[in-house]
Amino acid sequence: MTDNNDMKTKEEEVIAKLDTYDELPDAPPKRRIKLSWVGKASVAVVAFWLVICIIGPSIAPYHEMDMEGDDSFLDAYDNFYLGTDYLGRDTLSRVIFGARNTIGISLAATLLAYAMGITLGILAAVKGGWIDMGISRVNDAILSLPTIMLGLIVIAALGSSIPILVGTAAVIYATSVFRIARALGQDIMVQDFVEAAKARGEGVWWIIKAEVLPNAAMPLATDFGLRLVFVVLFISSLSFLGLGVQPPASDWGSMVRENLGGLTYGSYAAIWPAFAIATFTIAINLIVDDISAKSGGSLAKKMV
Amino acid sequence: MEQREKLLEVKGLRISATNDDGVEIPIVKGVDFDIHKGEVVALIGESGSGKTTISLASLAYTKPGLHFAGGEVLLNGEDVLTMAPLRTREIRGANVAYLAQSAAATFNPAITIGEQVTESAVLHGIFDQEDATRRAVELYHALELPDADRIGFRYPHQVSGGQLQRLMAAMALCGRPDLMVLDEPTTALDVTTQIEVLKAFKKVIQEENSAAIYVTHDLAVVAQVADHIVVLYSGEVMEQGSADQIINNSQHAYTKRLMAAVRPTPTAGMGVEVGSEHDREHAAMEVKDMTAGYGGIVDGEPKVPVLRDVNVEVKNGHVVGVIGESGCGKSTLARVMAGLLPQARGEIILEGTELEGALLDRKREELQKVQFVFQMADTALNPKQVIGDIIGRPLEFYHGFKGKERHAKVTEILEMVELPAEFASRYPMELSGGQKQRVNMARSLAANPEVMLCDEVTSALDSIVGANVIKLLTALRDKTGVSFVFISHDLSTVASFADEIVVLYAGRVVEQGPTDEVLTPPFHPYTRLLISSVPEMRLGWLEDTMKKREMAVGIAKGVEITAVGCPFYNRCPCGIEGTCDRQTPPVLELEDGHQITCHLSVERLQAEEAETQKILKGFEKLGQGKPTAPVAPTARPPVQTI
Repeated sequence: MTDNNDMKTKEEEVIAKLDTYDELPDAPPKRRIKLSWVGKASVAVVAFWLVICIIGPSIAPYHEMDMEGDDSFLDAYDNFYLGTDYLGRDTLSRVIFGARNTIGISLAATLLAYAMGITLGILAAVKGGWIDMGISRVNDAILSLPTIMLGLIVIAALGSSIPILVGTAAVIYATSVFRIARALGQDIMVQDFVEAAKARGEGVWWIIKAEVLPNAAMPLATDFGLRLVFVVLFISSLSFLGLGVQPPASDWGSMVRENLGGLTYGSYAAIWPAFAIATFTIAINLIVDDISAKSGGSLAKKMV
Repeated sequence: MEQREKLLEVKGLRISATNDDGVEIPIVKGVDFDIHKGEVVALIGESGSGKTTISLASLAYTKPGLHFAGGEVLLNGEDVLTMAPLRTREIRGANVAYLAQSAAATFNPAITIGEQVTESAVLHGIFDQEDATRRAVELYHALELPDADRIGFRYPHQVSGGQLQRLMAAMALCGRPDLMVLDEPTTALDVTTQIEVLKAFKKVIQEENSAAIYVTHDLAVVAQVADHIVVLYSGEVMEQGSADQIINNSQHAYTKRLMAAVRPTPTAGMGVEVGSEHDREHAAMEVKDMTAGYGGIVDGEPKVPVLRDVNVEVKNGHVVGVIGESGCGKSTLARVMAGLLPQARGEIILEGTELEGALLDRKREELQKVQFVFQMADTALNPKQVIGDIIGRPLEFYHGFKGKERHAKVTEILEMVELPAEFASRYPMELSGGQKQRVNMARSLAANPEVMLCDEVTSALDSIVGANVIKLLTALRDKTGVSFVFISHDLSTVASFADEIVVLYAGRVVEQGPTDEVLTPPFHPYTRLLISSVPEMRLGWLEDTMKKREMAVGIAKGVEITAVGCPFYNRCPCGIEGTCDRQTPPVLELEDGHQITCHLSVERLQAEEAETQKILKGFEKLGQGKPTAPVAPTARPPVQTI
């Protein structure tokens, strides 16, 4: 009898559910992104370097150009915690000062690349036709040139200064940002909700602002991390070749080149800046991986 | 029957998902049922009921993120859940075969059909290639596929959707599996195609004496094929029993609810009578002699014509149902009316004034008065905007509501579509399918339109949810006097609440008029075919229907879009050679604005209908299986296709 009653109440429960709203989710799911411990550690590393960028000069034991050391290529002693470089300068101080140049230039170049790439990419996607054709072909042309070669030629012709470095890197990397932004834009433009906005009579700018950009933001943000890493490596490569940041200013890439000779004497002077590049770029990559895996990026999920 | 050997035993099956916080969420909560040899068991339920998940368990497979939490699934006495991975590879395809919902997605477009059909049987070493090919051809014949001896040499894109669905059955059956798992195999098909596939499935299952799990949400379809029915809700068995028991004498309240949501067969008297309170001088919207298509316009003729010489009138406060099979141009009609696709010829008239074809040339007030509701709420709502912004934007854009005023209006509109006000702060992702569809309609309502163009708005929804949406639409019409153009491939949905019906076939209007008129004889032969194809929820319906002559002629052939003559000629049971295939049919004007586009006279159509009824009612008594009506001549001139 009780069994029968149980059945009845269960039946009523089911029907009651159907009579209210169809399968109503009880509460909105959580909207925050949760990072794994690897992600958290990576955030800490990146934050560390950003802090160094800002307060670096005031905590460095020496100035980057001071030749205070007893000799070149010394191991750590006294308050030269990372030893000295090929001119007897404090390696630690130069790594700290170098963070500003390397990260600062890269960040500026990446931001500029994004500003150019997204504007042109979304424009090409939304407008289509001849505008798309024109921009895309010019972009293809630039994209077909090897990046380092292009950088070398521009800098050899115009001379090496920080604004030129930033500009060159920005133009070179804007091409790939353009590609991504255009592809994303095209995907979003054919979605029904954009068609709905068009049918409502919305203008191009509103469609870009309210419909396209919010949906492109997440994939573009994940790409930003990767692109920043490429730019860091690009600037470092140029510096390694002697065309980047000019001595005596310090920069991680040029520090590796300068101190390469020290490796034969067992000096770590070339290792520390290389280590700095590695920690920064790998940390950014790990954050990107983590975010895209958690936010349901299908590609990232496949890779994890 | 009672003594049949058990093939599959599902005992206390539990399947769970684990979410990000490591909490187990039960999906399937202890399900038991048996399948005997040669028996078709239907798993029926709405989306989220776990029916597909359960059916996949017989292959020892779960979707990513799910895991088996308990119970047993015994296939021939062997538990598949605890099987070694290598052993599961052996049984998959050989003992248990799976048929996915979409054949188009299952076939590899780059490999011939024959190769794909035989692949699994050869791989499992059941047959060598030669025997497998022979067996496949036998199956093609059994499935009544055209050109059965050579269809295996074709590529998937060279056959129709219904044929591909049947070929997938051949693929599953090729290795003589003990059990077939059919996952909604006819859901995505048009009614006329569905019936052809169902018939073939049923025949081949009987001939091969194979057992099957048939997963579907459609009770009417289940009634045709299943021996045993398991009704599921939210991962639990609500009721199970023989097909006869469930269909004719269901006990559980949920089953009854499901049955109630099955749309009745379209008959006269289903339409809604509209009062004259909303009548105006001009019709809300009119389409006159409109031709439209894709691929650019040359000399007023589109390169790929989709619609030809369409005339439709939408009166104020009326619901006009547009019905037709996929590809007939019904969505295109709505897109032209909304201005998303400029017409090549003809006029679009809104309240007596002609509208520009292109969206950009229309005035904002004109845009506001004609609102388009997209089919898929999933893609029609921007995932990055909260519901309040989605509904609020048209309020702001057309009517200038801002801030608090806008917020109050949003709440009001949410109330109209029967959603709680706090939904305004949610994202579309946080809503269920039916709720999203309501928001989708609410956005159009917010514009305060005169005409709402609803493109298949209930097609992607479960029957109960869909029925609620229809109820809502009817209520909205009564409250606001908005006119609806309701596009659907489902005649019974349209018939249940439309005032007028427009039947489209291959881009032409073949019949239109008030719902009651369209659903009573005389019928256009195509309308007759459509009405006959809607599955009825009774055992034996499929067999009865197949006896009708128009089914035999109609379902065997595909749609051909013709430049001259009647587009339905090649499928019409009473086509007149030399007339129907050469001349564009005239419009027969009947009472109440009922129009039939056909070469046959009204009397002739009436006579045809009487004949159909006679065959239907007393087929056995009448003529021992020999249809009496004239069969279309065998040697026909080839239809000119474009």
